[in-house]
Amino acid sequence: MDGIHDLGGKQGYGMVDVDEEYGFHHDWEGREWGIAQCARTPGITIDWWRHCRELIMPVDYLNRPYFDSWAQTDFSTYIEAGWMTLEEIKAGKSLLERDDYPDPPAAQSLAEVLQDDHDHAFRFDAEIDAEPAFEIGQPVHTARYGHAGHCRLPQYARDRRGTIHAHHGAHVFPDRSAEGVEIHQHLYTVMFMASELWAEAEDAQDKVYLDLWESYLGGG
Amino acid sequence: MPDFDAKKVAEIHEHLHRHLPSESALRIKALETLLTEKGLVNPETIDKWVEAYSEHIGPKRGAQVVARAWVDPEFRHRLLDDAPAAIDEFSFLGKATGHLKAVENTDQIHNLVVCTLCSCYPFSILGIAPAWYKAAAYRSRAVRDPRGVLQEFGVEIEDDVEVRVWDSTAELRYLVIPQRPPGTDHLDEAALAALVTRNSMIGTDRQLGQS
Repeated sequence: MDGIHDLGGKQGYGMVDVDEEYGFHHDWEGREWGIAQCARTPGITIDWWRHCRELIMPVDYLNRPYFDSWAQTDFSTYIEAGWMTLEEIKAGKSLLERDDYPDPPAAQSLAEVLQDDHDHAFRFDAEIDAEPAFEIGQPVHTARYGHAGHCRLPQYARDRRGTIHAHHGAHVFPDRSAEGVEIHQHLYTVMFMASELWAEAEDAQDKVYLDLWESYLGGG
Repeated sequence: MPDFDAKKVAEIHEHLHRHLPSESALRIKALETLLTEKGLVNPETIDKWVEAYSEHIGPKRGAQVVARAWVDPEFRHRLLDDAPAAIDEFSFLGKATGHLKAVENTDQIHNLVVCTLCSCYPFSILGIAPAWYKAAAYRSRAVRDPRGVLQEFGVEIEDDVEVRVWDSTAELRYLVIPQRPPGTDHLDEAALAALVTRNSMIGTDRQLGQS
């Protein structure tokens, strides 16, 4: 979707606030981080979750702190999936009667959490029958349009000419994963000259690389 | 199970805009309370995830990987060839690094990493992303004005150096291997790792050991 999240190349957001020490700066940041790592999220794919974050109203997307926007995304996915209601959020307690609640997860130790982190190096690639349509070094031309759903071709890289830099096999296609359908498509890193993307690009040698799925690409 | 109904979620967000508690701390408290009551999360496990990413998982991991690449040419080759396997020699493989790629700075090349569409970040080797990495200013400008952004970090890129910006639009995540500072031949791996900054592994720092 052509939403507020698609920030690449947009102007007017000011200077970067560069000073920052490592870590959580408020307790609630850590709480939300932890929720995101260990809460049960039945049937919610990462791509659907990302799309629900994109659907946050622009005023909230830009003004609420980052981990706060994760919380809002969590609320929206749980409500949409029927695990939570707006009334419960207003009341601050669980009101929903369901007989299919899972048993509460057992408390994990630090060692178990560190092992859990190690065990969740998810991979998204798979073998598919289709041969890759493009080879390294080949010129390509990106799609002119996106669509209303989840799409990982940013506006700034549409209808642009690039070159295949790398092929990564077939990866889960996010546009369909955000609709609950898992299919795989060949994924490429595509190199764009900065001067192809930006009229004002002065440094002729600078480049921008994006990871793009095959259906975003056509022959150059 | 979700219905994957985007129109419904847009409506939910309008309601959340009006009805969520007024402060971040209260909103996240409400979420944790409801998830706990529903048996979807255990608060003690949340404590442990906070501890894990405060004390154990963070940019010191990435710094160890970079220092090893500086002193061990064969490890550097493995890191550039298959980064997930290479970092797992340290047992650092984990969240968001299953498709890690290492990109190397040279005298002629400077690499800079961004995620313009959300805020993708290689958690298990760099930990929590800095706020600026997730903010609109960085996400909007890194792909369009990387040299201007780098100046704000105090990094001047010479005219003959090529800037390569990596926009993490898929599940690949990028780790920049900064250059080893000159005059460090006498330092061991641990001392070298202490020179590697978090920002240098994102690409918003270039000349290490200058401060």
